[in-house]
Amino acid sequence: MRFLRALGRLWLVPVVLVAWEVATRAAEDVFFPPPTTIVARMHEMWFSGPAERLWLTDAALENIPTSVGRLFVGWLLASVIGIVLGVMLGRSALLSRFIDPLIQFGRAIPPPALLPLFLALFSIGAQMQIVTITSGIIWPILLNAGDGARHVDRQHLETSTVFGLSRSQRLFWVILPSAMPKIFAGLRLSLSLALILMVISELVGSVNGIGFQLLDAQRSYDLPGVWGTIVVLGVLGYLLNSAFLVAERRVLSWHRGANRTT
Amino acid sequence: MLEISNLTHVYGSGPGAHHALGGVDLKVAQGELVCIVGPSGCGKSTLLRSIAGLLHPTGGTVTLGGKPVERTPDDLAVVFQDYSRSLFPWMSVGDNVALPLRRKGMDRPRRREAATEALEQVGLAGAEGKYPWQLSGGMQQRVSIARALAYRPALMLMDEPFGSVDAQTREDLEDLTLRVRSHHDMTILLITHDIDESVYVGDRVVVLSKAPATVVGDLRVDLPGPRDQITTRENPEFVHLRAEVGRLVRGMRDDPGAAS
Repeated sequence: MRFLRALGRLWLVPVVLVAWEVATRAAEDVFFPPPTTIVARMHEMWFSGPAERLWLTDAALENIPTSVGRLFVGWLLASVIGIVLGVMLGRSALLSRFIDPLIQFGRAIPPPALLPLFLALFSIGAQMQIVTITSGIIWPILLNAGDGARHVDRQHLETSTVFGLSRSQRLFWVILPSAMPKIFAGLRLSLSLALILMVISELVGSVNGIGFQLLDAQRSYDLPGVWGTIVVLGVLGYLLNSAFLVAERRVLSWHRGANRTT
Repeated sequence: MLEISNLTHVYGSGPGAHHALGGVDLKVAQGELVCIVGPSGCGKSTLLRSIAGLLHPTGGTVTLGGKPVERTPDDLAVVFQDYSRSLFPWMSVGDNVALPLRRKGMDRPRRREAATEALEQVGLAGAEGKYPWQLSGGMQQRVSIARALAYRPALMLMDEPFGSVDAQTREDLEDLTLRVRSHHDMTILLITHDIDESVYVGDRVVVLSKAPATVVGDLRVDLPGPRDQITTRENPEFVHLRAEVGRLVRGMRDDPGAAS
């Protein structure tokens, strides 16, 4: 039954693929290679390596982990800084009043606009890319953490006061869990932003990574390679989001349960 | 053990100010179960919040065990009316009960043991691993009573604790309150707007006037124990007291029993 339902949801995918295949074969346009050509090129580029390395090629091993690594480092940094700052701002009306204008300005800056600055400051390399990712994706985390920490139920706070919870107990057992649903919403949004900024930063300031490969393929008029890299990025984004949802479902199971019943 | 003298509280200022408490005087002895009853919106909760140190009254003093209350006293627990917003939905029932025990310097096994024991006392043995939202309203309120019991306070404040549950559950919880207080050496202050409940549960019923609240009646309840939902409620003394409290709540002061 579940299988049938999954099938019912997914039937459009092969239909679109077949239609695309037929259309591109008929058009014979070099800019729009048929999916089979793209898949063959992808296989050659990434997955034609030796079996003991899980069929990954040198190019795959060199570029995919590098890119994903930068993405994660940037995302983790943004998470830590965003949550700490956000919770501080959420719990202190005074701090929030002073810093809010700065935050509103900061988040209004389109992240790619900072690339020339970061290129000048850090030159090409991982450092510049991580700074680009972190500074670009921190805002949803920071704002959501602030909002979550600000709107802790008054009675939950009074309960903590009555039962004499210390400041740190109050933070870790009441404020943070209460803000967690909002924080996760921010984390998820920023994870997808992180992928975008990872590609952008690799397109302008990198000598490796998936984004660099994309640029490299384009420079050598390897259109199936361009398409193949785009597909890999799409798959990567899909996998990251799915993994995040699994984690979120585990951490926030109480939230779904509590919302179902009240 | 609890002494309240000339307590006043005003919300806001100027012509829009709301005078909630108009000079409340009350003394509660160690081990008493005092019910405070009054019309809706009369400042009962304001009184409770002042005792709990959650609110700074604009005038008068509250002393608990000889010490003036400025912040929440250490040996005080509160059972709030709205259990769903007082229990933490992200923690299991056992953790909810055990959390306040951390400050008492109890290690993890002892905290667990105390939580298990308190949950047994309220008839929720084996519910430690559940989450509050998996329980019915009445059971959730039992959990918050268990949390207060495990904390072993000298004074337990209950703010309309049975106001959000159905009638049958309400009676069960009233009996539970009577049962646990006979096991613990605890002073209980229970706020309610239910006249029957105040007489059934209390050793003493203190009646507040409508806002700005003052004490308009203070009646001793001498009903034979153990109390029972059926027989106690048909006892002539119960019927008489209920009528008296009812008159006081409605502001009819002509009853001779009212002045005390």
